[in-house]
Amino acid sequence: MGETLKLFGWKVSPYSHRVEVALRLKGVKYEFIHEDLANKSDMLIRYNPILKKIPVLLHDDTPIVESQVIVEYIDEVFDGHPILPKDPYERAEARFWARFIDEKVRPQVWMSCWTDGEIQKSFIAQAKESLATLQGRLEGKKFFGGDSIGLIDIMACSLALWYGVMEEVVGLNLLNDYPELCRWGEDYRNVEAVRECLPERELIVDFFAPRKDRIFAKKAPVYD
Amino acid sequence: MAEKEVKLFGNWASTYTLRVEWALKLKGIEYEYVNEDIPFNKSEELLRLNPVTKKIPVLVHNGKPLAESLVIIEYIDDTWTKGYSIMPKDPYDRAQARFWAKFADDKCMSAMYSVSTSSGEAQQKMLQEAREAFQILEQALGSKKFFGGDQIGYLDLAITLLAFWIPILEEIVSVSMVDNENAPLLKEWFTRILDVDMIKTSLPPRDKMYELSKQRREQFFSGQI
Repeated sequence: MGETLKLFGWKVSPYSHRVEVALRLKGVKYEFIHEDLANKSDMLIRYNPILKKIPVLLHDDTPIVESQVIVEYIDEVFDGHPILPKDPYERAEARFWARFIDEKVRPQVWMSCWTDGEIQKSFIAQAKESLATLQGRLEGKKFFGGDSIGLIDIMACSLALWYGVMEEVVGLNLLNDYPELCRWGEDYRNVEAVRECLPERELIVDFFAPRKDRIFAKKAPVYD
Repeated sequence: MAEKEVKLFGNWASTYTLRVEWALKLKGIEYEYVNEDIPFNKSEELLRLNPVTKKIPVLVHNGKPLAESLVIIEYIDDTWTKGYSIMPKDPYDRAQARFWAKFADDKCMSAMYSVSTSSGEAQQKMLQEAREAFQILEQALGSKKFFGGDQIGYLDLAITLLAFWIPILEEIVSVSMVDNENAPLLKEWFTRILDVDMIKTSLPPRDKMYELSKQRREQFFSGQI
């Protein structure tokens, strides 16, 4: 395989960010193609006809989709900063936590923000439990990956910026109860490879604030 | 007596547990099997080994526990490197296998569940979505014998539970989710995979699973679960 890398992404998306961090950690050059999610390009649909979503990584002319799948692919193909641990058990353990973040933390925090009444209380209780569990995994280390960021840190990126912004827009205050996670968030944001591809806070506010009511009604992102 | 090096906590009716058992069998790994009485009577040991999600299957290797069936399969392939190859060797093929396993779990499994727990017009809508999802899934198979090519691989292990459950649910709910119209090649694979010796001899009895599914569905509709 050659070395032409293109990333179809969207600066506001944490999933897009995950892939950029991985590419930057490896020090590989790529072209970022900005997608307007309210008006998806023909190229995006051609390269991801099944899900029609970003991010899509194009390696030469071959598309790879799904942010975690892409991150693992980047780790396997390119040398440099290891994203997954070398040891098979530690690697499996990292994948377990990546799954926990995507299947528990993410939907629970999201629904805590975008529901109300008794349903919201239930989601908040679940989110609190999951956040406490995730915080426990840090075990006082700088990053989930130890001294440097790895798969779990990348998959947890929403906790470092996006969730905080979302909570502020809807008037919720979950993350502040987890000081270790907040400390981790700051350390994550300060990693050079992360800083280079982290969106401005205002960009995320500008996405959520004007669409608040519509997102609340749909319980899912609205792009137009 | 020395504790077996590999121990698997699972349940006889859990096709997620079977995914792991098949991976162990393909590698020829000897293991001790512990049946857990889920969901209401989990052992102390299971809860200690998997305090995070408290679910089966859990594999314990040299005292170290792992949960999540697909994660465990990759671990098995990474650790016992001699013998049968479960994951593809090429990074792009591995990415594809992982993508399709996620698609099968996220879209196909949830579509199957939605069809069996809905009714009337809502069910018709869910059925249409399910049929489309399976039509897409067939792309991963194409004209190959198995998803893994000439022999079964990671994706076959991941998706076999669909081959087992779909026909049962189709009968209970009286719908058709996978047929010659939307996914003929996938339908053929269902028959082919269920006929593989290792799989055929380890699946739980169909009539028992039929009754269990019917019961669970009735409990769901009466608000018990």
